Amino acid sequence: MSDNTINIKMNGVAVQCGLEDTILTASKKAGIRIPTLCHDDRLEPYGGCRLCIVEVNGGMRPLPACTTPVAEGMEIRTETEDVRKIRKSVIALLLSNHPNDCMRCESTGDCTLQDLSYEYEVDGSQYEGEKCELPVRDDNPFITFEPTKCILCGRCVRICNEVVMAGTIDFNGRGFDTIPDTAFGKPRSLDNCEFCGQCVSTCPTGALTDKKARGKGRAHEMKKVRTTCSYCGTGCNFDLNVKDGEVVKVTSAYDAPVNHGNLCVKGRYGYDFIHSDERITTPLIKKGNKYIEATWDEALEYCARRFSDIIKKHGKETVGGFSSSRCSNEENFLLSKFVRTVFKTNNVDNCARV
Amino acid sequence: MAGLATSLGAGAATNSLAQMPDIDTIFLFGSNPTEAHPIVSLYLKKALKKGAKLIVGDPRKTWMAKRADVWLNLKPGSNIAMMNGLAHVILKNGWENKSFIGQRTEGFEEFKVQAAKYDLNKVVKLTGVKKEDIIEAARLYADAGKAMIVYGLGVTEHQTGTENAMAMSNLALLCGHIGRPSTGIMALRGQNNVQGASDLGPLPATLPGYQSVTSEAVRKKFGDAWNVEISSQIGKKSVEMLEEACHGKFKGIFILGEDPAQTDPNVHEVRKALKSLDFLVVQDIFHTETTKFADVILPGASFAEKDGTFTNGERRVQRIRKAVEPVAGMAEWQVICKLANYMGYPMNYNHPSEVMDEIASLVPIYGGISYDRLENETLQWPCPTKDHPGTTTMYTDIFARPGGLAKFMVLDHKGPGEVASKDFPLTLVTGRIREHYNNGSMTRRVPGIMELVPEELVEINPADAKKLNISNGDMVNISSVRGKIKARAKVTNRSQAGNVFMTFHFEDALTNILTSEHKDPITGTPEYKACAVKIEK
Ligand code: SF4
Ligand code: SF4
Ligand code: SF4
Repeated sequence: MSDNTINIKMNGVAVQCGLEDTILTASKKAGIRIPTLCHDDRLEPYGGCRLCIVEVNGGMRPLPACTTPVAEGMEIRTETEDVRKIRKSVIALLLSNHPNDCMRCESTGDCTLQDLSYEYEVDGSQYEGEKCELPVRDDNPFITFEPTKCILCGRCVRICNEVVMAGTIDFNGRGFDTIPDTAFGKPRSLDNCEFCGQCVSTCPTGALTDKKARGKGRAHEMKKVRTTCSYCGTGCNFDLNVKDGEVVKVTSAYDAPVNHGNLCVKGRYGYDFIHSDERITTPLIKKGNKYIEATWDEALEYCARRFSDIIKKHGKETVGGFSSSRCSNEENFLLSKFVRTVFKTNNVDNCARV
Repeated sequence: MAGLATSLGAGAATNSLAQMPDIDTIFLFGSNPTEAHPIVSLYLKKALKKGAKLIVGDPRKTWMAKRADVWLNLKPGSNIAMMNGLAHVILKNGWENKSFIGQRTEGFEEFKVQAAKYDLNKVVKLTGVKKEDIIEAARLYADAGKAMIVYGLGVTEHQTGTENAMAMSNLALLCGHIGRPSTGIMALRGQNNVQGASDLGPLPATLPGYQSVTSEAVRKKFGDAWNVEISSQIGKKSVEMLEEACHGKFKGIFILGEDPAQTDPNVHEVRKALKSLDFLVVQDIFHTETTKFADVILPGASFAEKDGTFTNGERRVQRIRKAVEPVAGMAEWQVICKLANYMGYPMNYNHPSEVMDEIASLVPIYGGISYDRLENETLQWPCPTKDHPGTTTMYTDIFARPGGLAKFMVLDHKGPGEVASKDFPLTLVTGRIREHYNNGSMTRRVPGIMELVPEELVEINPADAKKLNISNGDMVNISSVRGKIKARAKVTNRSQAGNVFMTFHFEDALTNILTSEHKDPITGTPEYKACAVKIEK
């Protein structure tokens, strides 16, 4: 056994973990789920929501799993009666000033608060709370903020400051009126925000949502297709959300090797071009000064004939192909093969080497 | 990437992005990642939070430059002088890594002689950077345990682009800062699949996988697989094809998904060339400046409409997956196959995964890659065999050059192809902004992005603006020897006095009408980063 291993027991199961592990990270290794609301793997542990509390060695007070480091010989229980009770009351308190308006909320089916209320069998009736009445804010192209649904978990504020380092939002106001907001409540604009949508991606409730996708379908109606961004060479992964043959939204892939759920404005919000009505939808052949619509067969047969004629008349060294750093590996390979096998030359290049 | 290939063996970034948070000293050169590579910038920000030192070489006062321990605000086009100067300081103080140089490199003696010629007085004059800053940068870089050079298009988009990259390799070799985790050279590229496109062969001198057409064994391998005889004659570069077209000697081109009539500097010449062709086929998803010259326009499929892979800037091969049907019914890979068949060469695949299998069989660095593996694994090339885990850090023991040694290159300052003059007193630096992409054909069709950044802006330093009596938001004329365009002025400290900045994302303000025809003679990469202009109200 090396010095760097720590042995603990979680719900009676032996778990080996490392020096840097917290109870929460160790639980993930062990495949045991501990509920959280204020935690996101992209953020430093925060210990704010009290939902991840667990019992350690039968101690008096339960401890937050996200901020407690593991120690040799720890015996941890994650779902005791007492722990469940505390979690229930935490959730009940959150619901006491929540609109509890799930039926028409954009995030239904994709909301941690909703899932936890279901799991812990809590509704909004335990505590009578004053409801927040601040108006919806969507005075920008991409992000809708509904302050009434905010549970003040701080994830948006932390991701914007800790990870993006944009400093766009912070907790403003006092006491009951505290909300995560821009300085002076100004609309998000390029002056203060990068529109990366990291805040939206981390929000565990319907308080922050993608404005363009609102009303376009619920989480369970979406076919999610994991893909790689087509803009820059960083290679971020994300999920295209498809409903009825249309890409209506992009959501984060938190296990993506490069970007871990983070994206930039182009990757997250730059998908409209896919269904633009300016797309070229059919082959076009120039006749005189006009482009005439053609079928694939007509167009490709014509291309084949023209290229063959040129090769016959002027030789194969007078034709070539340009390929694109925008196309896939397979397409680049095929174009390379095409020029070598069909044109029988090496006149093939990548015209923009940037 | 020819620069890194010459010095180290492969034209690719040496490490993986995920290693960045553990860097001790970041040397960021000619790259503005918070704008051009936002997610890479998150990694660098993480390193900074953990206490990494930061050296920034950039003529613009970028987000990173503002936070740098040393900002080398060098004149555009003086990169080589800068690098030689840093090497000079390192050698003078004995900060070089002698054992690394001795064991893993060649060409050091010649390099040493060259670096000796770049004393600080000379370098200060060529670069415009203060002496103390050069010394401090050299110390921070040489001293670091884990130092990473991160460079962008500010390095490659010069007529000396290839040499610039070699100059950065020299520096890394000098200090032995290569071949370990979080230690190496990362090149940040422009387009999404520029790495994969280089890897897989649409290049005139190499078959897929950087395998030379001049090698008989290589030609035989591909010829056997493809059932043809591969021409041994090195093909023409895109620039050469276009040049010959202007003289009526080149007749037909198939352009797959590119827009040289907007994105090439010196678009005048390109347009003339395209006009002169007998037959031009362009396949793209939108009408562009280039499709205007086409005899046949073929509809392309967007990345959401097809299966395939992209290779990112850290050599990671990743899937794209078909989410919706191609608008015109066929994706590019199907179109190429069909055209080949019409021209008498049988080319048939049921799925792009079969193309990848063929790639794996012919291209050793992709040898172990298959769609099956990519379902559960993430792989960075070189990945030669089916049980190879891929390579996160390159050159841990040998370099990919003959003999396994990296090579110091002897380089001289040449400056930009065009310098500011009395008539054109300002230097135009072109680049990217976070919200838009390339020729803008995709991002200009995202209404929210157009709401944020509706038009081209020319960034000008307050001092220059005052001299020219220009205020923020004024429409101005920008002209170079080659042409004139209009754009709105944005007065900002981000541009140094004497420099102005524009993008090339907008069709109605074609920045590349202004830019120069100078190109890197080795790769043909155009000099987007420096040309002389004047600005008038
Ligand atoms: S979009 Fe990005 S920059 Fe803007 S508030 Fe959200 S996290 Fe911050
Ligand atoms: S908006 Fe969402 S992420 Fe931000 S504090 Fe409220 S609930 Fe948490
Ligand atoms: S999401 Fe942004 S940073 Fe990531 S690959 Fe796409 S364009 Fe690049």
